[in-house]
Amino acid sequence: MISVFKINARPGRFACFVLPWVLFVVCFLLYTRASFVRHQENPRDKLVPTVTQLIDGVKRSAFEEDRKGDLRLWVDSWASTKRFFIALIIISLGILIGLNMGAFPYLELFFYRFFLFFDKVPALALLPILFITFGLGEVSKVALIVIGVMPTIVLDTFLRAKEFPRELNIKAMTLGASHFEILYRVILPNIFPKVLDTLRLNLKAVVLFLIAGESLAATAGLGYRIFVVRRYLAMDIIIPYVIWISLLAFSADFLLRYWIRHKYQWLNK
Amino acid sequence: MHSHILELNGVYQKYPAKKKKMRTILSDINLQVSPGELVTVVGPTGCGKSTLLRLILGSERPYQGSVKVNGAEVKEPARNRGIVFQQYSLFSNLTVRKNVMFGLELEYFSLPGRFFGFNKSKLKEFKEKADEYLQRVGLLEHSEKYPHELSGGMRQRAAIAQAMVMKPEILLMDEPHGALDMGTREEMQIFVLEQWKQENLTVIFVTHDLEEAVFLGSRIVVLSQFYAGNTSSGGAKIVKDVPVGWELPRPTSIKHSKKFSEIMQSIRHEGLDPHFLQEIRDFDLRHNDSLSLNTTENWD
Repeated sequence: MISVFKINARPGRFACFVLPWVLFVVCFLLYTRASFVRHQENPRDKLVPTVTQLIDGVKRSAFEEDRKGDLRLWVDSWASTKRFFIALIIISLGILIGLNMGAFPYLELFFYRFFLFFDKVPALALLPILFITFGLGEVSKVALIVIGVMPTIVLDTFLRAKEFPRELNIKAMTLGASHFEILYRVILPNIFPKVLDTLRLNLKAVVLFLIAGESLAATAGLGYRIFVVRRYLAMDIIIPYVIWISLLAFSADFLLRYWIRHKYQWLNK
Repeated sequence: MHSHILELNGVYQKYPAKKKKMRTILSDINLQVSPGELVTVVGPTGCGKSTLLRLILGSERPYQGSVKVNGAEVKEPARNRGIVFQQYSLFSNLTVRKNVMFGLELEYFSLPGRFFGFNKSKLKEFKEKADEYLQRVGLLEHSEKYPHELSGGMRQRAAIAQAMVMKPEILLMDEPHGALDMGTREEMQIFVLEQWKQENLTVIFVTHDLEEAVFLGSRIVVLSQFYAGNTSSGGAKIVKDVPVGWELPRPTSIKHSKKFSEIMQSIRHEGLDPHFLQEIRDFDLRHNDSLSLNTTENWD
C-alpha cells in the first residue's frame, strides 16, 4: 500500500479490476444508507426513494403502459436518440467545413472569424429566438444542439488541419496528388481519429443542449420526462432517468473510444 | 533541346524582415545540372541550402529569376520531382507498402474512381511494384508495419522507395540523414549511391555534413554568405562548384584517403570559413555546367 503514491507504480490485476469500481460502490452505499435513515424517520419520504422503490419506478416506466398506452421509457429514449443522432450527423458536416478552412487559405479568411465569433454566442441565449422562429417542434431542438456544438467541431478540425505538417502535403503533391486528394486522402485520414476524439469529448455538450431543449418544449424525450415528473417530486422516476441518460452517453463515448482504438492503431505511437 | 535537366538563372530569394525591409537569402544563383548527376549542396548554417531546394521543389517561388526543370518553369511541387525530407516523409496512417503504393494509386484512381471503378488487378500490379522497390531498399519484411514502428534509417529508406517508385526526373533530398546516427548514416550513404547508379537518377542532395557531401557527390556546390563585398544582408552565392570523380562502387574507406581530406580542407577553407572572404571573381566554379563569372580563365 506504500506504493500508492509512486508515479512509477504498477498496479496488479486485482487493483486493476477493483479500483475503477470503488467509487461507484461507495456512492451506492451512501445512497442506500441515506434512504434507509430517512425512511426510518418517515416511511412516506419521497426525496430519497429506497432501491426497491427505484426498481419499481423503472418497472413502471419501462414495462407498464401509461394512460396513452405507451411504454414511456422507450418512447422517451427513442425520441431523444433520434434528436441526438440527427444533430450528430449535422454536426459532423462541421468536420468538412473545418478541414476545408484549414487547408484552403481563402476559405480560412472567409469562415474563420465568423466561426470564432459564432462559437462565443451562448446557444442557450438563442433558444428563445429559435423557438420564436422555428416554433416548438423538432427543428429548434436540433438547431440548438447544432448551434451549440458545431462551432467547436469546426474550429477544432480547422486547427488540426492547419497544424498538419506542410511537408506531407508537399510530399503528396510530388506523388501527383491533386489539391482535393490532399484534403481527403492525406489530411482528413490523418486528423480524423483526433477529430473523433474531440467529438467524443463534446458528447456531453450535445446531451446538455438536448436536455435543455427538451425541458422547455417537447411531448416526449428523456429530458422532457424528468422535468414533467419533477412537479410530482417523483424521484423514483427522475433518478433512474438520470442514470439512464448518463449510461446512454457513456456508451456512445465508449463506442467511439473503442472505434478509435481499434480502427486507428497507427495512432498509438 | 535542353541538355540540362535543371536550370536556375539569376535566382534571388528574399524574405520579408522587420520594418518592411527584405532580407536577401540567395543572391544571383546560377546553376545548371545535367541528367544523372548527384549534386551535393553544402554551406554554412543559414546560407539558404534548404531554401534553394524548396525553390527547385516549387514549394517556394523565387523573388527574382527563373527555376526550370526540363525547360519548364517550376510553379508548385509536382509529380516530376521527388522529395525526401529529414522527417515527415511518410504518411503515418498508412503501412510502409501503402506508403509506397500511394503515388501509383493516385495516378491511376481518381477520387470518385476509388468508390466506383475499383480495379483489383491494377491494385495487385501496384502492390507488386511497391514490393519490388521495398525489396530493393531491404524493407520487404516490414511492409505491413506502420512508420512509427520503424527505426529512423528504415523510415528514410521507405521514404526513398516511396519517391523512387514514381520515377521522378529529379530526386531532391533535404538533409535526409540529419536525424540518423553515424553508423546508420554511412549505411544510408552507400544505399543512396547504389540507388543513384542503378536508377540513373538525378539527385540534388542538401546536407550540412561536409564529409557526406564530398563522399556522395559527383558534383559539389558550396553556398555561402561569406564572400568579399558582402554585407550581412547580401545573401548567399555559389562560391564553389566542383566535380568530384570518385569511382563506383565507392568504399567508405576513401573517406580516410589523402585526396578526400584535401578536398574537405579546401571546401572548409574556401566555403565554410566565415573569415575567409573571397572576391567574387575568385570563386572556384570549375564544373563544366557552372556559369562561370570569369570564363576566360582555365582551371585545369
